[in-house]
This record gives sequence, C-alpha cells and structure tokens, in this order.
Amino acid sequence: MTPYVGQAIRRKEDPRMISGRANYTDDISLPGMLHAAIVRSPEAHAAIVSIDKSAAEQRSGVVAVLTGEDMAPDFASGLPMAWDPPGVDINVPDHWPLKRGEVKHVGDPVAVVVAVDRYLAVDAAEDVIVEYDPKPVVVDPEAALEDGAPLVWEQFGTNKTHEWAVGGGDVAAALEAADVVVEQRVPNHRTSGAPIEPRAAIGEPRAESLTLYSTTQIPHIARLLLAGMLDMPEDKLRVIAPDVGGGFGAKLQVYGEEALVLALARRLGRAVKWTESRSEHMTTSHHGRDQIAYVTLGAKRDGTLTGLKVRIVADLGAYMQLLTPFIPELGFPVMGGCYRFDAIDVHFTGVFTNKMCTDAIRGAGRPEATYWIELTMDKLARELDMDPLELRRRNFIPKEEFPFETKLGIVYDSGDYHGSLDRLLENFDIEGFRREQAELREKGIHRGVGFSTWVEVCGLAPSRAVGPQGVGLQAAFWESAMVRVHPSGSATVYTGTSPHGQGLDTSFAQIAADRLGIDPENVDVLHGDTDQGPWGWGTYGSRSLSVGGEAVAKAAEKVQAKAKRICAALLEASPDDIELADGRFQVRGSPDKAKTMAEIAFAAHVPPQELPAEIEPGLEENSFYDPENFVFPFGAHACIVDVDVETGKVQVVRYVAVDDCGPAINPMLIDGQVHGGIVHAIGQALYEQIVYDEDGQLVTGTFVDYALPTAAEVPSFETDRTETPSPVNSLGVKGIGEAGTIAATPAVTAAVIDALQPFGVEWLDMPHTPMRVWNAIHGHGHGNGHGPPSLGEHGMGSAGSGPSSPDEGGAP
Amino acid sequence: MSSAVSVHVSVNGEAREAEVDPRLLLVHWLRDELGLTGTHVGCDTTNCGACTVHLNGESVKSCTVLAVQADGAEVTTIEGMSGPDGLHPLQAAFREKHGLQCGFCTPGMIMAAADLLNRNPDPTEEEVRHGLEGNLCRCTGYHNIVQAVLTAAESEVRA
Amino acid sequence: MIPAEFDYVRADSVDGALGALAEGGEDAKLLAGGHSLLPLMKLRLAVPTVLVDIGGLDELRGVERENGGWRVGALTTHATLQDTDELGVVARAASLIADQQVRNRGTIGGSLAHGDPASDLPGVLLAFDGSVTARSGGGEREIAAADLFQDYLTTSLGADEVITTVNMPALEGYGWGYEKFTRRAEDWAMVGVVALVKASGGGCEDVRIGLTHMGPTPLRATAAEDALRGGPLDAERIAAAAEHAADGTEPPGDANATPDYKRHLARVLTRRALESAAAGAA
Repeated sequence: MTPYVGQAIRRKEDPRMISGRANYTDDISLPGMLHAAIVRSPEAHAAIVSIDKSAAEQRSGVVAVLTGEDMAPDFASGLPMAWDPPGVDINVPDHWPLKRGEVKHVGDPVAVVVAVDRYLAVDAAEDVIVEYDPKPVVVDPEAALEDGAPLVWEQFGTNKTHEWAVGGGDVAAALEAADVVVEQRVPNHRTSGAPIEPRAAIGEPRAESLTLYSTTQIPHIARLLLAGMLDMPEDKLRVIAPDVGGGFGAKLQVYGEEALVLALARRLGRAVKWTESRSEHMTTSHHGRDQIAYVTLGAKRDGTLTGLKVRIVADLGAYMQLLTPFIPELGFPVMGGCYRFDAIDVHFTGVFTNKMCTDAIRGAGRPEATYWIELTMDKLARELDMDPLELRRRNFIPKEEFPFETKLGIVYDSGDYHGSLDRLLENFDIEGFRREQAELREKGIHRGVGFSTWVEVCGLAPSRAVGPQGVGLQAAFWESAMVRVHPSGSATVYTGTSPHGQGLDTSFAQIAADRLGIDPENVDVLHGDTDQGPWGWGTYGSRSLSVGGEAVAKAAEKVQAKAKRICAALLEASPDDIELADGRFQVRGSPDKAKTMAEIAFAAHVPPQELPAEIEPGLEENSFYDPENFVFPFGAHACIVDVDVETGKVQVVRYVAVDDCGPAINPMLIDGQVHGGIVHAIGQALYEQIVYDEDGQLVTGTFVDYALPTAAEVPSFETDRTETPSPVNSLGVKGIGEAGTIAATPAVTAAVIDALQPFGVEWLDMPHTPMRVWNAIHGHGHGNGHGPPSLGEHGMGSAGSGPSSPDEGGAP
Repeated sequence: MSSAVSVHVSVNGEAREAEVDPRLLLVHWLRDELGLTGTHVGCDTTNCGACTVHLNGESVKSCTVLAVQADGAEVTTIEGMSGPDGLHPLQAAFREKHGLQCGFCTPGMIMAAADLLNRNPDPTEEEVRHGLEGNLCRCTGYHNIVQAVLTAAESEVRA
Repeated sequence: MIPAEFDYVRADSVDGALGALAEGGEDAKLLAGGHSLLPLMKLRLAVPTVLVDIGGLDELRGVERENGGWRVGALTTHATLQDTDELGVVARAASLIADQQVRNRGTIGGSLAHGDPASDLPGVLLAFDGSVTARSGGGEREIAAADLFQDYLTTSLGADEVITTVNMPALEGYGWGYEKFTRRAEDWAMVGVVALVKASGGGCEDVRIGLTHMGPTPLRATAAEDALRGGPLDAERIAAAAEHAADGTEPPGDANATPDYKRHLARVLTRRALESAAAGAA
C-alpha cells in the first residue's frame, strides 16, 4: 500500500469551510453575551487630561464604561514581552490594556464600553469625551535617534530601545581584502499582516474559571501569560482558538483586548465579546518589517565573497509586545544567505516611534535579510560586470559541505543550492528570455527578470538555541502531540500547534495514519483548546510540521510499538516479529497471521485474553519533541515583470518558483503555501505599505488605502520542488509557510530594476508604486532611482541618510 | 432606536420576517439574528467581499446593504448553495483544487464566483481574475481559487 | 463600521419620495443602491437623520433609445449598463467600476448625484454633453452635465430634487476610448480619460474628452479637444493634442499620486484613449 505521506490528499478541513459551517470566533454567540467597543486615541502622542464617561453611561443598553484608571486593579501586570537577551538592556515601558496618563500612538486604547449589543456599544463609545494635551511626535526612526528628537518615553532619555550584534570572523580585514566593495541602503517598509478575518475575543465566566475564545495562533502561550496578567491560576483559564481565519503573525501575540474581555467577564459575570473592525486592525494589530539596513558587501575580482557588514535600524513603534525587539534579529542565522564569507558582522539598533508596535509578520526578519542580501548580490554583480546567477553559483555553499557551520556559528542542516537553481533554469529558459527581452525592448515593452536564491531558518525550536540558554527568549520551543486510538480503531491526534489555514488537520492525519495502519479519514486532529491535549507552543515561524509534525510521528510510533506488543500477544508471536504492512500488523513472513488496528485497539481496551502484565490498558501516547537544530529550507525563484515606462505601472507577468522543504507530506498543501507566500511578498513589493504622516496619523487605515493585491493583479504561478531531506527530524521535513514571502520580494524588485536597465535605474524603494517607478525612470528625486545616497559613517543617523526625496515626502 | 421596520425576505428559500432597526446591515441580520454565520465580515469599506451573498440572484456585499433594502427579495447565502444532490459544483471544485486555506474568504469567494459563472459560463482565466476583483484572499495567492472556478465552469459547461 | 441611527422611509413613488425628503429636512438623504452613501455612513462620515429609500421604484430603471439618444433610468445599475453593449463607452466605463458586487447595487443616478470626481460615470456624462432630468415638488428640470458638477462631492441638485433620468446623445459614428488608471483593479481611478471621436475624410470632425479625478469635479480637456478638432486624425496629431490634456488642471494629490504625476498620466491616457477612439471612428 502506498503511504499516505506524500499524497495530495484533499483537506479534511474543507467540508465545513465550503458550506459555511466553520466556527470562527465572531461566529460564537453565548447566552447573555455583552459587546465591547474600545475608545481609541486620535492623537499620536498626548497626555490624557480628562475622560468624561457620563453621556455614554446614560445611554440605554450600556452596562459599563471603564477607563485605564478604572481597570488598574484588574491587571497584575501589563502586556508581556518575552525577550531578555543575556548582557543586553532593553528599554521596556509599561503597556497596559487601557492606557493611563498618556497615549503613544494613534489607536492607543483609553476606555472600553460594554453594552448589550454591538451597535449600542459603538454608539456609546462615540459619546466618551476624552480631552488630550498633545505632545511632540516622532515617526521617522532615524530622526528619532538624533539628538533633540522628541522622546516617545521620557524616562529612558532616548528613543533607542536596545542594541544587539552578531558576528564571526574579522569583517574589517575581510572588507580590506576585497577588490570590490558595494554599499547599499535597503529600507524594508512597514506592512500589515491583514488576515481577512479580523481579530476577535470573547471572555466567558464560568463559576471560578474563565474561558477565552480568541483568534490566536498561540492558545497555550496566551493562557500562561494572560493568567499572569489577570493574577489567576493557569488551570482556571481555558483558551480556545476555534477556526482562525488566517494569522500571518498578526495573531502571534497576546493582545490587550484579550486581557480586557477576560477582565470584563470576571467583573461583570457575563460573557463579553470584542470584534476588531478592519480600521482597528490597521491601527492596532501589530505591524511588521519597518527597518533600514545599511549593507556593505566585499568580494574579490573573480566574485569570491569576502565580508558582509550590516547595520540595521529597526522601527519598533511605541511599545514592546510579545516579540517586538527580537523580530529584526530573528533572521540572524541566515544573514549570510546561501553564501560563504570570511566574516560577517551585523548590528541592530531598535527605535521607539509614535506608531503601533512592530512584531512578527509572515517571515519576520527573514524576508528583510533575504531582501538585502539578494539585492546587494545583484548590485555586486553589476559592479563586477558578472552574471548575477554566476556570482551566486561561485559563492553557494556546496552541497557536499552540509551540515555547514557558518561564520555565525549556525549549522545549516542540509542544502543543494546549485541544484535548486539548476532546476529553476530548467523551468525558465534564461537565454531565451534575454533574447525575448531584447526584442520586446525594440518594441518599447520593458520586461525584466529578477532572481532570488534564498535560504531561511525555521522550525523554532531548538529551545537551547533560542531559549534562555541561547539568544534569550523566555520560552522553549519543543512541541507536543498525543495520539489516542479509540476502541473501534479510529484515532484522535492532539497537537500543541494551532493551525489557521495550513491544513495540519490533513497533513498530521497523514503522518499518523501511516504509523497507525489506518486511513487518514479515521484520524481526527484536534488543536487550539488548552483544556484538550498537552501544552504546546502554537503555529508560527514555519515550525508546525518540522516540530509539531515530528512530535505526532513520534507519538504515533509509540502507539505503533505498543500495538505491536499487543498484536504479538494476541498472535502468540514475538513483538520483534510484528511488522506493519499494507495497513495490517502481521507476523513477518506470515502475512496470514495478522491483526488490524481496529482489532488491536479493541483488545487494548477490552482484552479478549490476558495480556502480558507490562502492557497497560488503553492505546494512547504522548510525545514532547525538542529538535537538535533548526531546519533550513531553500530554493530559487524567478519573477518576470513588465513595466509600462510611460506610467510606471509594474505588472508581474510570470513567476517561477523552485522550493525545497524536504520530502513532501502533502504536495498540494506545499504549493498552496508557496502561492500565498509569493502573493504576500508581491503585495509588499508593489502595493502594500503602512503609512503614517509626519503627525503620526495613519494614512492607510482601511483596505481602500492599504492595497492588498486582488486576483486581477497577479498571475498564476509555476511551482516545482527539489527534495533535500533534513537530517534534523525523522520526517526529513523543513517548513514552507513563509518561504514564498521570504523569497519573493527581492525577485520582484530585481525584476523591476532589470526591466529599467535602459534607464540606468539601480535602486527603487518598495513598494514600487507607479509614481515611484515613473519618478525613478525620469530621474526625479534621489535615493530612489539612480544609485543609493552616500552612506556616511556606518550610514546611520546623519541627516544626509534620511529617507527619500523631497517630492516624495513621507508619502509612499 | 429608530422605529423598527418590518421586512419579509426569502433566505435560502425559507420565508423570514422580522422587525429590524433600519440601520441594521444585512450581514448582521444574517449572522446575528438568523444564525447564518457562514457569511463573514472582513473590512469596513466594501473591499474584501467576505460578506458576499446573492440578492435576487446577483452577488452583493451584504455589509453595504441594509436589511430593510432586502425587503421582498430573495437572499442566498453559502449555507443555501448545497442542494439535495450535495455540494454545488463550485464548492466541490474549491475542495478539489485546494482553493481555500483558512476558509474565511471562501464563502464570499464562492458566492462571487457563482455570479461570475452565471454571467459568463465559460470564462477565460483573465475573466475569472477580473470577476473576482471584489474579493480578497490572503492565504491562497488566488492561484487555486482561479483553478477551482475554471474547473467548476468546465464541469458545468460539459454537464 | 456601523451607521448611526436614522429614520427610514420606503418610498412607493417619486412623489412620495419627494414628500418624504421635504418632510425630513436638510439631513434627509435619498437611498438608491447605497454604494456611495452607506460606506460613508458606516464610517460615520455621513450621518443623515432620515433615509428615503427609492430602491423599489422600478419605473426609474431601464435603458431606452429615444429621439436619437439614450434615456437611462436613474436607478439603472452599473451591471445593467455593463451588459448593454449598445451603450459603447458607457458600458465599458460601467464595467470597470469597482467590482461586480458593487456594480450589481450601484446606480447611475446615485453615482452622478454623489458627484465624486474619482468615479467613472460623471466624466463620461460630461464628455457626452449629457444631462439629467431632476424632479422636485416644483416640477421637472433638465440639468446639463456641465452645470451638474459644481465642486468636490457637490452638485447643483437641490436637497429636494430626485434624478429620474439620465440623458445622453447616441453619438452615432463616434469611436470611443476609455482609459482608467488604477493601482488595483477594484480601485477608484487615479486618473481616467474618456475620448469620443468622429471622423470624416481622414480628419477629426468632432472630439470630446472627459477627465476623471483631475480636479474637484470631472473635467473636459478642452485644449486637447481644440488641438485635434478639424485637423487630421493621425498618430502624430493625436500625440500632440494629448500633450494639452492637463492644461489648466489642478488635480488633487494624494499618497499615491502628486498633481504633476496625475497631469502626466492625463496626457498619456488621453493619447491612448484618442488612439482607440480614432481607430473606432475610422
């Protein structure tokens, strides 16, 4: 029988979702449930002078109107931040679910209104009168570092949040030894996760306990941290993540609203629901990216790379959320890309500004790192007058050298970078393209190709590398699974991951089914409920399969081992002679002597005869799996664009992707993840940007202005795979959830730059809006078109390195 | 509350009557009062299309229609798409082609696609892409959604 | 996300609607398809106290050919226009409004009464030298497109008036072009251009060019029209005329387009629209 693993099995999640019978948080209605609406600051930075609740309180149907001061007794601590790197001080301000004293960004919550229905709550929130005393605002992270800049937090005396550095080798010597050194300022702008399901949370009181229904990617972490905030025993709090409508990191967070609905439920003794509007999502669900990298890359004349030095300024916004200061650093293990160097040196500076916090959004640090290394490789290739793919090939870590320890002390598990690039070029005829490109240019059509040969790090854990013993996250990153075979032979798998679109109900069922000798149709995968199954760390960072899936495999193998012992007892054979083949447990060499899992499971629960004493009743096993290393997916992408040089409009006309995430569990799901990841990146490269004006007002507060691409903006995709197993886990798998997003932005930008070679355009800031591209073609503005500005010392902090040209202002 | 207005609407073939606040949005009436939670809300600005239902056979964004405007009309939601013979061809094709991941945009996407195929039973890929420009998806990159709609069209055209 | 409270009147006739409007006072608003008004109400940027729903007035729907022109009922949806191929550029422009769901609800009368210079149909009506018929308690009057659009979101319609019909000449023998420039398919026009050209003997007998989102109201590119009218209808002349498309305009800038960039777009799009129109007129 063919194993289920490897097959494009149709999803178990789909029947309820295609028929309108899924169960998202906002779909849940509880008896007597109240509705909360939040009063938010229209000011980017201000003291709260007074709050007049009287009109709101007098509205019929209003149950409570509460301010930050009113709710001070409800919280033992503020919103948590989980990074405490050894030897590094991070400035961490108080962060209460409702603000006391001052507001620090537009949308900062100052009061909550609870009413008997959603409409009345919104009406009453409009009646809360808040008087503000505005304070100076700072929105540009580089300006925020200058002397005399307005301070977001006066108590720290600086807008700098922290500095962190990582390196290996002597980078000064390596750059000195280079024949050619290129420098580039590479901004990576602020974006929104923008899952189509907005956030929602319901707090439900039950006797002495509370239940939270939430659109979260991390129910167990949320329970631990919210129990602490609410000063209640963890066992008295249950967190349920029902169907979650996409996360993309925006729901990898512990949010104030989650704490609020729980505190309100506890205060009022009734269930309280809050549902985010899209405007609230744009304003107060954490943002991503927003960093500026100053990249210096050195090479010998033959293209051999010598040294890489990077200075990163990261705009963290006004507060610290769960992982805010760590996200820029998260990509550090792959900051050398697929390439060998003599030395690498990367330095990070975090900055407070009067904006919403940044935190993890799909890729989280790795898209930024991939963006600057790939585009700087292209620049180096131009400088060397060398084919950019040849430059890459010369510097790829050869596949024979894996596992490969980089200068940063990171061990890349496995890879075949030449192989994925070769496969890409089997799918994409580069010589043919160059001929076509030249012909089209004759006709005035400007077509370009950009490449990205990428590697990423995922599979968080290993705990010893990223936890307190390692880079200092106050967390561990193992994953858990429990596999329970019921007396009739069907099974339930409980996973500590918390999928929200990834299809793990299906892929985990495939993994378990092969090991249990049953059909995946008879394997139910449960997750997202802290009262069911073991503790787990959730779904993010492309970790679910390589950590959580491996835990499922291990738990299922434990069940299989026990099943073999039971089978052996039933068949009076030695357990060592029992094998699982063709869905049956049989005596090796005697296929007629066999039991099905259903027979074994029934015997495990209702023994037909006396079983050996060492075999406990029941058939269920736990596994807690903490990997030895990260996993490092990789691949090669090519993006082809047409640029209408009269208007500046860019259209992606073709996209070819070769990805390697190890052996496929379900190739259909892999393709789906790659497609979505690519469009997320095309969105960032061409359409999406969170924009604040100089007063800290959010310009892109709705889906009108924050432009997610539609089906009409993007092409179909050509995907292919190579399969290089990881030695880290028994499945050989790596992650794929973020791959497209990590890989694609540099490919898009490089394609636009390639299309515009006749105009001498060497650089373009994302997003490549028509006006920006047109400006670049026509040489309007500097720093965004014809070569980068001079970097100055470290390229940081000086007025000359400020962003963009005068006619661009703060606008995208 | 302003004086309530009575509405009579056929929802998925079933006659419904209610007294509603005139400002009640159709999507909230469907979700909160009729319990038809398959229709979702994803934005405030008539962009995302997650709330798409059919009003008298045409796709509309039910976040931008008042319940009172549906008086006398026929409304079909995702819950009304499966017939006695099982799934609508679009529902089946979305599953077959992996046209959904988190599933949140899916009901609106299917309702929009149904209108698209009513208007143009044999569309090109380009026409499908433009026909779905009112519906946002963050998971799938649209690739498999487009494949699903083309597959459903093919099965219908052949049928 | 949720409109403020209002009172609701379902009109059963135009006269009934007019009566309700008068009774409702200055904060009463007409509700047709609701796709201009309801989005503003949900964001509480519009807070009418009374909505008079004319959506049920079927007599205001339909497209008719009459006296060498088109009479389009004010409640005719964009979807109906889109499906009426005989309307030429009107059908084309309607087919590019927002998305199908919006086109299924939005109406021509509502769009014109809203007077958004970024919308597609106002510029088209202006290029046609069309008009609207408006009715009030005092009777009916016809308002030429050139007189209808007064300022940003401001028309010459009285608060007590209802558009009943939109009138456009058929413009037999005219070729047309429509160029709408957006970041994404479903967006409002950054700049839009409608061009109508009548040819005779290889020359340009007549030309009308409407501009979308190049000012507080839709505009005619009169300088470009003058540069082309009466001359030869070749690529060179078209390109030269299009250079005048933005003459005198003061387009509103926004995060995605400065006024200069919009003027540039107007010139490019006008050339393209004229090329299509000239090809259709030949």
